[in-house]
Amino acid sequence: MNMDLSRRAFLKGASVGVAGTTLGAFGFGGVEAAYAASVKPFRLTTTKEARSSCPYCAVCCGMMIFSAESKAEAGKMEVTHIEGDVDNPVNRGTLCPKGAAAIDYIKSKTRVKYPMYRKPGTNTFERVTWDFAMERIAKLMKEDRDANFIETNNDGVPVNRWPTMAFLSGSSVTNETGWLTYKVSRGLGMLQIENQARI
Amino acid sequence: MTNSWTDIKNTDLVWIMGGNAAEAHPCGFKWVTEAKAERGAKLMVVDPRFNRSAAVADHYAPIRPGSDIAFLSGVVNYLLTNDKIHHEYVRHYTNAAYIVRDDFEFNEGLFSGYDEEKRSYDRSTWEYVMGPDGFAVRDMTLKDPRCVFQLMKKHFEIYTPEMVERVSGTPKDKFLKVAEWAASTANGERAMTIMYALGWTQHSSGAQNIRTAAMIQLLCGNIGIPGGGVNALRGHSNVQGITDVGTLTAAIPGYLALPTDKEPTLEAHLAKRTFKPLQPNQTSYWQNYPKFYVSFLKSYFGAKATKENNFGYDWLPKVDVAYDALRMFDVMHQGKTTGMLCQGFNPLMSIAYSGKTVAALSKLKFLVSMDPIETDTVRFWENHGEFNDVDTASIQTEVFMLPVTSFAEEEGSFTNSSRCIQWKWPAADPYFESRKDIDILSDLFVRIRKLYETEGGTGKDPLMAIDWSYENPLEPQPDELLRELNGKALADVTDAEGNVIRRAGEQLAGFGEMRDDGSTDGSMWIYTGVYGPKGNFAQRRDNDDPSGLGVFGNWGFSWPANRRIQYNRASADPQGKPWSEAKKYMYWDGQRWTGPDVPDYVATIPPEQATGPFIMNAEGVSRLWVRGLMADGPFPAHYEPFESPVKNPIFPAIRGNPAARVFNNDMEIFGDSSEFSIVATTYRLTEHFHFWTKNVHTNAVLQPEAIVEMSEQLAKEKGIAMGQLVRIWSNRGEVKAKAVVTKRLVPLQVDGKTVHTIGLPLHFGFIGETKKASPINSLTPPVGDANSQTPEFKAFLVDIEPVSGPVA
Repeated sequence: MNMDLSRRAFLKGASVGVAGTTLGAFGFGGVEAAYAASVKPFRLTTTKEARSSCPYCAVCCGMMIFSAESKAEAGKMEVTHIEGDVDNPVNRGTLCPKGAAAIDYIKSKTRVKYPMYRKPGTNTFERVTWDFAMERIAKLMKEDRDANFIETNNDGVPVNRWPTMAFLSGSSVTNETGWLTYKVSRGLGMLQIENQARI
Repeated sequence: MTNSWTDIKNTDLVWIMGGNAAEAHPCGFKWVTEAKAERGAKLMVVDPRFNRSAAVADHYAPIRPGSDIAFLSGVVNYLLTNDKIHHEYVRHYTNAAYIVRDDFEFNEGLFSGYDEEKRSYDRSTWEYVMGPDGFAVRDMTLKDPRCVFQLMKKHFEIYTPEMVERVSGTPKDKFLKVAEWAASTANGERAMTIMYALGWTQHSSGAQNIRTAAMIQLLCGNIGIPGGGVNALRGHSNVQGITDVGTLTAAIPGYLALPTDKEPTLEAHLAKRTFKPLQPNQTSYWQNYPKFYVSFLKSYFGAKATKENNFGYDWLPKVDVAYDALRMFDVMHQGKTTGMLCQGFNPLMSIAYSGKTVAALSKLKFLVSMDPIETDTVRFWENHGEFNDVDTASIQTEVFMLPVTSFAEEEGSFTNSSRCIQWKWPAADPYFESRKDIDILSDLFVRIRKLYETEGGTGKDPLMAIDWSYENPLEPQPDELLRELNGKALADVTDAEGNVIRRAGEQLAGFGEMRDDGSTDGSMWIYTGVYGPKGNFAQRRDNDDPSGLGVFGNWGFSWPANRRIQYNRASADPQGKPWSEAKKYMYWDGQRWTGPDVPDYVATIPPEQATGPFIMNAEGVSRLWVRGLMADGPFPAHYEPFESPVKNPIFPAIRGNPAARVFNNDMEIFGDSSEFSIVATTYRLTEHFHFWTKNVHTNAVLQPEAIVEMSEQLAKEKGIAMGQLVRIWSNRGEVKAKAVVTKRLVPLQVDGKTVHTIGLPLHFGFIGETKKASPINSLTPPVGDANSQTPEFKAFLVDIEPVSGPVA
């Protein structure tokens, strides 16, 4: 921070009467006052801090993520800064070129903002509502499940499987999301379930 | 990992092979640097490329991709023939003394029981000789010619240093230095850690690669001790947790199994998996399988799971076919799959043989992508010229691209590759209309159930049986879900003397409290304890390390039971004394097992009882010989990759791993060395993570386009200049990339032939900020490891040529 204190600012500061300043009341001398005035407010003081985890590799580096009110979306908090979590015993505050740039992932140009839908044979995505998307997916799944779900095998043993539906489960989601994913996919009877353990 | 990232600082020797931590796990690699700086540890790297891990290594040995088992078996042979093993450890903590059945044989690369047509083994001859007392027969002198130790000596003798050089291309002196350094740890005074990643798994013999490494560590006595272990660095941030939770074709959370058609009743299922000890006084922890299974069923079906209905067993789907990713896309390619949900997944980029993948996706009726960013997969129907040349109008797939919150906008726990479960707190609000995965899937599930309630339909009962009693069924909270994974007492739980150890309604403190009578629930036993009666331990952030050994026992919660080093009882000798002062960790103090970690079993079991450290095995010891537990052999054997520049120099009649699955019609898509003479391997760059960061501005600037690394010799032979565009093709497809001509790769002499290897970073595609490229997996073959079906991405055949045009 003292890099900001140029020689000119220093001289200017030194010429200001001490008694006339608020800082003077606290017993600062002219030099200190000039120094204090030159210090920019710490840019993270107005942000909210959360301890998080890097989304990329399995070292799971601890991250400190800072956020402030969004300029793009009123009333929403958005990430403004990310650095390594100094308290994390594994990464001890460091991040690699991926983790250090993770804010660009959050703000990626290819980030999906709205539910999008592509009709069969067409060449474009169109914006749809969540309700439309969910209702349509639920309907498609139910139709196929009703048609292809197998309740018992040839020996009459209950097998309760749905062989025609597949689920690729992400390995960068939380354990809690993973468990819920398990419950939903298996609960519907799916066997075509895979994650990124192999690939 | 058997150990942890922070434990690496305790090592004396780091061996990195099948991974490249300096580039792919940079912030974990600091613990290697720490060990080097603080302990004077040595680092050795074996890799086809002189990578950045190698650049700071004390010794580097080159190797031909796909010949790891020959190399590792060479080390096993070196340890055995030079008697450089940790004798007491091998005798007491491995199955070296066990006697194998007389009818077991190994001839010309095949183990007894092979069925060529089925490409699989009848593994019955791979078992132990059983004594009249019901326990396995042993010869503790290790002299019996049919004991594992003697069989091992014979099996590995062919892997001489000369043979290693012939098969792997590693100069003999460079190989010998690796073997000698490894041998220097076979004494209980020094430790070696082995660090690997997908460079070992992504082969048709991937699982055996890791197993051979484990054998070396067992012969040296390096499992269960600080600074030791076989350590999987792993890929995605929560791939450990998601593997644990079991979103895999035939899994139930915590490494339990989904029933098969051959197990019509709960009893039949449990009987096959409740392993009785093979020696007296052994833990054989899978004896508790029924407790974990029933607790899972109680969580999954809630109050609907009763003793009378076998806790809802019949509602579970039964597996007839195991669908790994390769099979899923094969089935889809046959037009048998209607829909697919992709959650944070980009299969068009990440599955072998992209040409088949895109054709398969085109046969789907509908595809749903749940991802924070656009993926190449969600736009598979879009024509991107040579990079994705499809006929859009003919693709009748309905596609949904759903916006999902990013990592910073959600909370919950991640499990790192040290098995440590750590909480993360939300930092921001959902971006635009994005929603959390949990909320999207809950919404979908509730909608589908409503449809069944109102309209009825096939398979309604099992669907309605799933317990969904969340406070808000549309938005289950991570806190609720982690509590559910942990489990609770449904009635008072008592110990053998009838004392109540856990009151009804309380969270369980450990999986030892689980019962098989329906009085406890808990969806994933291995995590039990993470959210016990004292609260959410994933949120613990005490980074104190009183022992100074990098244990950090109050930071998060490591499964199982907050144990930081697995099999840590093996850090002491059979009498319970540390092997050495230097490696002191867990030991018997006359009353109990003590030390900085959580012991493997009940702390008061005295050493005299000879209860082994390998508590999950029915033997109580580790397995140098895996019996019938692996598909492709009780010992490893060198098999060439399915696409190889040479015939198998050791077993010439065998192509590929004889027990690896090859789909119908896929045999002909393998290329032959007469047409494709160059070996290719894929890997990550330090600036990119798989296929996400091509969407991330900074990373796209740092590494903007596809490159191919090749040796100066190969570049000269092919007339390729640095920076020139190169066409690379296999029998399945082609890609283009800029040439990086480097000294990092050198041609190797393999079985009398000069073999070139090229390196292909995998990150590029047609969506995102990097320059458009074809998926690297256009080149790779859809064949997987015989045990895990992990695709063979790390060794296949290609040819290359320069593309005319200006050189950048």
